[in-house]
Amino acid sequence: MSKQAQHWEKTRGLLMVTLAIWFVFSIGIFLFGAEMNEVTGPFGYPLTYWFTCQGSLGIFVILIFWFANRQEKIDEEFGFSERGDD
Amino acid sequence: MIKGNFIDNLPKVYGIYTGGFLAFIIIMAIAEQMGMSAKAIGICFVAFTVAIYAIIGYLSRTAQADAYYVAGRQVPTVFNGMATAADWMSGASFVAMAGGIYFKGYGYMALLVGWTGGYVLVASLLAPYLRKFGCYTVPDFIGTRYGGNLARLLAVIVLTVASFTYVTAQINATGTIASVALDIPFQYAVYVGLISILLCSMLGGMRGVTWTQVAQYIVLIIAYLLPVFWISNKMGAGFFPHFMLADEVSRIAELEAQFGFVKNSAENLKEVPKGLAGITKAHSAVNATPWAFISLALAMMMGTASLPHVMMRYFTTPSVKAARKSVGWSLFFIFLLYSSAPMLATLSKLSLIDPSLPTGIIGKSIAEVQAIDWYQNWNQANLMFVSDFNGNGTLELNEFFMGGKAVVLATPEIAGLPYVISGLVAAGGMAAAMSTADGLILAIANALSHDLYYKIIDPKAETAKRLVVARVLLVVIGFAGATIAAMEIQGILGSVIWAFDFAMSGLFFPLVLGVWWKRANREGAIAGMALGLISGAGYLIWVRNGGSGFLGITQLTFGIFGSAVSLVAMVVVSLITAEPNAATQKMVDEVRVPSGKSILGKQH
Repeated sequence: MSKQAQHWEKTRGLLMVTLAIWFVFSIGIFLFGAEMNEVTGPFGYPLTYWFTCQGSLGIFVILIFWFANRQEKIDEEFGFSERGDD
Repeated sequence: MIKGNFIDNLPKVYGIYTGGFLAFIIIMAIAEQMGMSAKAIGICFVAFTVAIYAIIGYLSRTAQADAYYVAGRQVPTVFNGMATAADWMSGASFVAMAGGIYFKGYGYMALLVGWTGGYVLVASLLAPYLRKFGCYTVPDFIGTRYGGNLARLLAVIVLTVASFTYVTAQINATGTIASVALDIPFQYAVYVGLISILLCSMLGGMRGVTWTQVAQYIVLIIAYLLPVFWISNKMGAGFFPHFMLADEVSRIAELEAQFGFVKNSAENLKEVPKGLAGITKAHSAVNATPWAFISLALAMMMGTASLPHVMMRYFTTPSVKAARKSVGWSLFFIFLLYSSAPMLATLSKLSLIDPSLPTGIIGKSIAEVQAIDWYQNWNQANLMFVSDFNGNGTLELNEFFMGGKAVVLATPEIAGLPYVISGLVAAGGMAAAMSTADGLILAIANALSHDLYYKIIDPKAETAKRLVVARVLLVVIGFAGATIAAMEIQGILGSVIWAFDFAMSGLFFPLVLGVWWKRANREGAIAGMALGLISGAGYLIWVRNGGSGFLGITQLTFGIFGSAVSLVAMVVVSLITAEPNAATQKMVDEVRVPSGKSILGKQH
């Protein structure tokens, strides 16, 4: 398998993991919204309410930065990272 | 001043700007104490901030195509994040979001989850690859990846339909704010708003828009957060509201149980002015079915990833790596405002309905409420209304009505904050609406000038001529938008949500599959865009005209149907026609590798 194909396979793997986490916090948990709201979440808010106000939103921010770092590692591993920084 | 050196000095330049703006707020506060009228303060806030944006717009003027279309591809990640956040957060987010949460609770929160979750799709599926591609506009990617003028033209059409739906709402919002702050009739205020918008974008294109959007973000975030923190502290609810309002949230639930949600008769509701609503839904309880919540969130997420005015912001970063990081920063800056909106809604609701607070009006006598100063002001502005339906002389929860905008606009006054805060909020709303309108008008004008005029009609046009065409189109589209806005045919939020649905119906799968599925070809993309847009629009028209809809898809989520049709059409048609040629397949391979030259040259 060529270097490029291996790089793409790893990139695709990372995409799947990222989308799985995204799915859980944007769609998955809201299938059980009513049940989850009975539980007390962080800072004392009802749990589902907290996810809609802060939880899911904050997790998305962290997820994107995590994804960007992982993708950079993959690019470096195959020598595809760009010169210069941002 | 704006070249080279300017980029290195960005933190300093915007640091001074932020300090200057804070100093301006303090000067206004002192002026208020010395007797400056509320009206004069409002005019100063709006005029001062708009003048600054105009100066930035003028300093960013350019005659180069890559500066005009993609800000020279040198916008650092954090600043591009701020610009995207301002581009993204519209007048509706700023003025109406807290109100939506206040009235609809959980069912509305799907929009918060959708409008943030969409950025995960932007970061992982699209932005870095489109940056590598090196395109100027979104149709530029479609046109080059799939080849042929028809695919390019369809992408331009979808982009125009979606963005134009959105932009009239934004011009409308600038008009509303300008008309209140400057005290002029709405029909003229719309054009004042439009001229302010064009001042930012006409001379500098994307470069001008980028640097004004950063300035606008700073104004809008200060204008949103300062009142939230101040009100929370003043009410004794906690010095950092985001982490400390659990007691307030449970107190609202307690009061809701105590008062109960009494349903008003249709006859009584006739008395209530149009556009005002009462509190009829629980604040923190789950009041929507899982599918109602998830379908709305999903539509907003896929729409986010298809809206061209957001995507084109990531064409301005220096590298592919920077594009990815920049999406993270964008969402961080959006998060600062979005996570504050529910807190504002909580504070606003509690301060009005809790009889044990000095500001609480429920349980007071109707005559007493009608004598309160702020009630009279906002009643006159048609944003508040009380009526004694049951004739007992006391105000009940179901007898109090408010407009959605009042949560952001009136809460500072109810909490007893000085008027300078209301002036600040007006400037923030203006900044939010202007920055989004700028991004949208530029997206449409660039697609028409670059993709329709240069790539399809006159490929030999000189740069100077192309930029003249781009600017003329900018003005024409702006005036068309303002003219429709002046007619006031649709509410602000309804049309914003439609824009997401139109964009996802026509563009989501052609964009995503263009990168992630090599087998996708021209015929498939054409079928996907055309059938997606037609079926989405058809569904909307059907439901608007009394159609029953199916699978719980409403007029707010019609994009789910449109994009499903688009996906099926694109896959089926791609598979029954010939696979893309070797050159196209090689191009897709190159897009997937972050390093190396971009597909399209620096000047194209």
